[in-house]
Amino acid sequence: MTAADDLACLAAELREEAGPGLTFMEVCGTHTMAIARYGLRQLLPEGVRLVSGPGCPVCVTAMADLDRVLALARLPEVTLVTFGDLIRVPASRGTLAEERAAGADVRVVYSPSDAVRIAAAEPKRQVVFAGIGFETTAPTTAAALLEARAAGLTNFSMLSLHKTMPLPLRALLDLGETPVSGFLLPGHVSVITGTACYEFLAREYGIAGVVAGFEARDVLEALLMLVRQSEPEIAIQYTRAVRPEGNVVAQRLLEQVFEPSDADWRGLGVISGSGLALRAEFADADAARRFAVDPGPTLEPPGCRCGEVLRGVTDPADCALFGARCTPEDPVGACMVSSEGACAARYRYRGLDDA
Amino acid sequence: MPEHRVTDRILLGHGSGGKLYRDLVKDIFVTAFANPVLERLDDAAALAPTGRIAFTTDAHVVQPLKFPGGDIGRLSVAGTVNDLATAAARPLALAAAFVIEEGFAVAELRAVCASMAATAREADVPIVTGDTKVVERGAADGLFITTTGVGEIVVAHDLGSAAVRDGDAVILSGGVGDHAVAILAARGEFDFRADVRSDCAPLWGLVEAAVEAARTQGGEEAVRFLRDPTRGGLTTVLAELTEESGLGIEVEEQAIPVSPAVRSVCDLLGYDPLTLANEGKMVLVTAAETADAVVAAVRATTYGRDARRIGFVTAAHPGRVALRTPFGTRRVLDMPIGELLPRIC
Repeated sequence: MTAADDLACLAAELREEAGPGLTFMEVCGTHTMAIARYGLRQLLPEGVRLVSGPGCPVCVTAMADLDRVLALARLPEVTLVTFGDLIRVPASRGTLAEERAAGADVRVVYSPSDAVRIAAAEPKRQVVFAGIGFETTAPTTAAALLEARAAGLTNFSMLSLHKTMPLPLRALLDLGETPVSGFLLPGHVSVITGTACYEFLAREYGIAGVVAGFEARDVLEALLMLVRQSEPEIAIQYTRAVRPEGNVVAQRLLEQVFEPSDADWRGLGVISGSGLALRAEFADADAARRFAVDPGPTLEPPGCRCGEVLRGVTDPADCALFGARCTPEDPVGACMVSSEGACAARYRYRGLDDA
Repeated sequence: MPEHRVTDRILLGHGSGGKLYRDLVKDIFVTAFANPVLERLDDAAALAPTGRIAFTTDAHVVQPLKFPGGDIGRLSVAGTVNDLATAAARPLALAAAFVIEEGFAVAELRAVCASMAATAREADVPIVTGDTKVVERGAADGLFITTTGVGEIVVAHDLGSAAVRDGDAVILSGGVGDHAVAILAARGEFDFRADVRSDCAPLWGLVEAAVEAARTQGGEEAVRFLRDPTRGGLTTVLAELTEESGLGIEVEEQAIPVSPAVRSVCDLLGYDPLTLANEGKMVLVTAAETADAVVAAVRATTYGRDARRIGFVTAAHPGRVALRTPFGTRRVLDMPIGELLPRIC
């Protein structure tokens, strides 16, 4: 059986078993991208709608936090190190890429430990790692911080903008504006967290959740599992990677370095306990304490509906800016920048029938 | 041999035009590129072309200078030979301009020139003239090479997007993404080792075989369009072609060869192999009835063993490239946006 036949079978089963008016939300940028890249919406029955939630780390980073990152980058003694996606995201007044062109020392790395290496190689620079991401990336950042400490590097610090996954789902459901029938839960995050943290979805809200992998087949299979649930529960489709208890070693690492804090989410606002701040014993490596910066007032781009897109209320294509004023080449909002953003994924991997 | 002596390091004086300069030219460039035209050391080389001429230039700033599968020398010759090949032009002569940073190791320059010479020999093209400038330390990063090429066009018709017709076949000469991934791995910017070699190679032989096969099979104008998918990759070539021709293209994702190593690096870093740079691949659009013969001819050449027909030109969706996924769905392929990988060639 070819991959196409296999998927066609799953799609046929979905068509047969799915009732009308089902909306499933994915809350992981990699899912957003996979669904768009494989063109999976083309295989779904009419009654099944897929919407993106707050799953792209760059996208959910609040404007005020982006402004702080830019303000740090402007300090002459600072080498600002971060992941590639962040440097093109529009903050209130420009992007990190523009700061770099204007002379700021901004470097892109693929791993937080590369930032530690930069700090070791350039002792006269204040190397600040802007850490963003969910439970997936936070452990590697924690490991980098411990590595820097073990190496006695005093010129390494971190601005932790890390966030944790389950709480925004609660916030989203409490808002009650998105009719979610079930969640495609994030595969990578769940490798770390396990599944217990999602149980409240079924228990308190009566909403099903399935932890899904990232191949085309995984996503369709997970949707089928969601459709087939008679009693809402949290299940794992991505069994080859996710265990109910998660990765305990990584969880300990997170607890060692971080503690829950308030975090500001684009589209959802401040959610208590949904961020990861450095613990007091790492205060000396906390860029938020080490450098006093004035990020200035935040300015949201007029007309940008990223917030609504991140809550699954507005489809990317329904934003007036989408594909016209806002494209991956010249993005207005964060969701059009990151390759995992709902708008960028939709635009880049649009079907032939889309506008 | 020569009594001229060159130091271990390039000095500013080597760019002065005086004795040091002369010695450098003779000891390194003339020795490496040995040919009667260059040996005259005239300011301009005299050529005697017979037909229509193709003329191109390309600057090379790749970092690092040496990488698995090639170096800036091989790249600078292959890049220009391949640009000529896209016009169905047999390379006639190359010129090379070197911008060298003060302090650059002479041994390294010698190695780069040996690599250029070997690649030029392979492509059967002489390097007949050149220029050298030395800039002070910090004003350039090691070595930049600009190569200019002249070639004789072997077909009578104009190749290009205007020649492309509804129904034409789209052929790719082999797997994509190797050059970009080899450069990334060689830079050591992150913790992975990839067993990938750059595909950097001169493609005139491949193109000549394709042109010949198409002509035999489908007449004089059966080859429509040739382009090497360098920066921006295969996606960019196809997207540009649809934009310029006003026609659409449909390609089969599964038909596009991507090595497992390239695929896994892309999965890891979030790159799309179809947008990554190649330095030894060619996209060929030919009349549909000649496609099998062209693929067979290309496969018989050194650098075309994995050639495949990957899709076709269609009037169905003008201006857009459709990718058919292994799952039977279709999506639009868009040009990538800038700054992904600077100094890749």
